[in-house]
Amino acid sequence: MKKIAALLLALVLLCSVAAMAEGIKVGIINLDPSESGYRQANVKNLTDTFTAENGYDATFVTAPTADKQLDAARGFITDEVQYILVSAAETTGWDEVLADAQEAGIKVFLFDRMIDCDPSLYTAAVVSDMRKEGETAVAWLESLELDEYKVLHIQGQLGSAAQIGRSDPLTEKIAADDKWTMVREGTGGDSWDPNEARKIAEAAINAGEDFNIVYAENDGMADGVVAALDAKGITHGVDGDVIVMGFDCNKWALEKLLAGEWNYDGQCSPFQAAVIDEMIKTLEAGGEIEGLNELNQIISDEKGFDARTITQEDIDTYGL
Amino acid sequence: MDKQRKLFAGIGQLIIPLVALGLLILFNLFRDPGFFSIGMAVNNSGNQVLTGNLISIIDSASELAIIAMGMTLVTAACGGQDISVGAVGAISGAVFVKVLLGAPSITPGIVVLGVILCCLATIAFMMFNGTLVSVFKIQPMIATLILYSCGRSIAYWINGDATPQLNSPIITSIGMTIPGVPVPTPIFVVILAGLLLLLIFRRTTTGLYVQTVGINQGAARLNGIDPVLIKLLSFALLGVCVSLASVIGVGRLGQLNHKTLLVDIEMDAILAVAIGGNNLGGGRFRLSGSILGAYIIQMLTTTLYAMNVSPVNVKTYKAIVIIIIVVAGSPVVKNRLSALWSRMRSGGSQAAASKGAG
Repeated sequence: MKKIAALLLALVLLCSVAAMAEGIKVGIINLDPSESGYRQANVKNLTDTFTAENGYDATFVTAPTADKQLDAARGFITDEVQYILVSAAETTGWDEVLADAQEAGIKVFLFDRMIDCDPSLYTAAVVSDMRKEGETAVAWLESLELDEYKVLHIQGQLGSAAQIGRSDPLTEKIAADDKWTMVREGTGGDSWDPNEARKIAEAAINAGEDFNIVYAENDGMADGVVAALDAKGITHGVDGDVIVMGFDCNKWALEKLLAGEWNYDGQCSPFQAAVIDEMIKTLEAGGEIEGLNELNQIISDEKGFDARTITQEDIDTYGL
Repeated sequence: MDKQRKLFAGIGQLIIPLVALGLLILFNLFRDPGFFSIGMAVNNSGNQVLTGNLISIIDSASELAIIAMGMTLVTAACGGQDISVGAVGAISGAVFVKVLLGAPSITPGIVVLGVILCCLATIAFMMFNGTLVSVFKIQPMIATLILYSCGRSIAYWINGDATPQLNSPIITSIGMTIPGVPVPTPIFVVILAGLLLLLIFRRTTTGLYVQTVGINQGAARLNGIDPVLIKLLSFALLGVCVSLASVIGVGRLGQLNHKTLLVDIEMDAILAVAIGGNNLGGGRFRLSGSILGAYIIQMLTTTLYAMNVSPVNVKTYKAIVIIIIVVAGSPVVKNRLSALWSRMRSGGSQAAASKGAG
C-alpha cells in the first residue's frame, strides 16, 4: 500500500514537473478549417508554429460561430493562459471578453480578421490589407502596357471586405483611364460560386462581348470563367488571347499559373503565425513590439504571382 | 363538354409556366433577334461544339432540372420539401471524388464505379431524411434541416481537403462535351434521368401510389399501399437525382469545392416545383412542370446576365419576375382567371346566339 502511495506521489510530482517544463500558455481561437482552402492553410500554419518544440503549450479551438468563440475565450481566461489569439467570426460583441482578458493580464492578438473595438483592448492585429491586394493586381496589369484593357470583372460576395478591397482599385482605374473599359461586371454571390461565374462569362461570350482580361476575385471563380472560355474555344493564359487573374493562391491555382493557363494570382496570406510567434517571443524577453500602426495592426506582406516567373518552389511555399 | 374540361385540367397546370416561358422567349427575341441563334465553335480541346444562349440555358439548367424532378416526387409523397439537396449533393460529389482519387488512374470503369458508389451513399443519406419524415413523421423541412446544416462539413471531412482536383479528360467529358459530340453532356444526363423516371412511372404504378399517399395517407393504407415505403422510395429517387447532378457539377470544373458545389440549389429546386404548378402540399404532380420551371429559372438568369444587369440588382429582378409567375399560378388568381374566361365565353356564345335569332 505504501509502495503504491509512493508511486502515485512520484507520478504527481513528475506530472507537475512536466507541467512546469511546458512552455508559454497560449489559447488560439480560429474558424472552422472546412470553411475554405485559406482557413485550412491558416489552421495548419498555427498548429505547425505553436508547438511544444517551439516552447508553447497551445490549446486550439476552431468554431464557426461567434457564441462558441466567445465561450472558448472565457474558458481560456479561466484557464489563465498567457496569450489569446483570435480570428473572429463576427466583428462585434468582443469588448467585454477582451476587457476581462486585459484585467486578468492576458495579452490578446488578433489575426486575419479585425474586431470592432478599441485598439487598446488587444496587443496587436496581424491582418491582410485587401485593398493593397487589389492595388498590387491592378499595378501588375498596368505593367503589361497593353493597348487596351477590356475587363470581365467577377466580384466576390458583395459588401465583404475582400470584395471591396479587390474591386475598388480596379473600378477606380477604369473610371480614370480611357484605355481601360469594363466590359461586364458580375458576382459569384455570397458563396463566391464558380458556377455562377461560368454562367456570367458564357452570357458575355454569347453576347459577342470582346474582353481580354478576366479579373476574378478568387481562384474558384477564375476557374469557372476559364471553364466557359475552354468551352467556347477562347485561348487564355501566357500565350492566349485572354489574361486570367485570380486571388487567394490556392496550390491548384498556382499550378495552373506554372502551366501557363492563367496569368496572375494575388496572394491573401494566411501565414500570420510566424509574425505572432516573433512578437510573443519579444514580449517574453521583455522587449517591445514595434512597427504597429495607429490601429495596432501589422499588415501581412503579400505578393502577386506572375505566370512567367512563378517557380515550383513558390507553389510549395505559398500555395494553400 | 365534360371531356373537354378534363383535358384542360390536365394541361391546366402547365399553362402558367408555358405562358411564362413564352413571354421570356418573346422578350428576348424582341430585345435581341439573334438571342437564340445556335452556332458551332471549336473548344479548347479541339472538338466541334454547339454554342449560343439556347445551348447555355439548357446546359446550365441541367443540375437544377434533375434535382427538380426528384424534389417533385418528395413534394408529392410527403407534402413537404427536402432542403438538404445542395448539402447532400456536396457529400455525393465528395464520395465521387474520393473514389476517383483513390484509384491509381481515372479510367471509364472507375468513373462508373464512382457514380454508382456516390449514388448509393446519397441514397443512404436520403434514407436518413426519409426515415425521419416517414417513420417519425417529422416535417420534411425540419427533418432535412439537419443535413442542410452539417452536410457540407461532412463533405469536407470525406476528403479532408478544401478543393481536391481531378485532372482527367473523362471528367471534362462529363461536365462539358464528349469528343465528337457537339452537344454538352449534362443535357444527355437530364434526358437519361427523365427517361429513367418516365420508365418507372409508365411501367409501374409508382406514380399513382405517390399521388395517393400525398393526397390521403389513411386511404392509401386502407388500399394496401404502405405510405412509409412510398415516402422512402421518393427520397431514394431524389437521392439518385442529387448524385447525378453532383457528378455534373464536379465535372464542370474538374474539382470539388464542398462549399460551392450545388450551392443554393434547394431553393431553386423548390421554386421550379412551384413554378411548374405543383401543389407544395403534396398530391397530384407533374414532372414536366418542374422541368419547365427549372428551364424558366435558368432562362431568367441567363437573360439578366445577357442584359448586363448590374450585379447588385440581379437578384431583385429575378425575385420580381418569380413573384409574378408564382402569383399568376396561385389558385386564387387561377380561379379568377378561369371564371373570367368562362364568363367571356358564355357571353360570346350568348351574343352569337342572339345574332342567330336576329
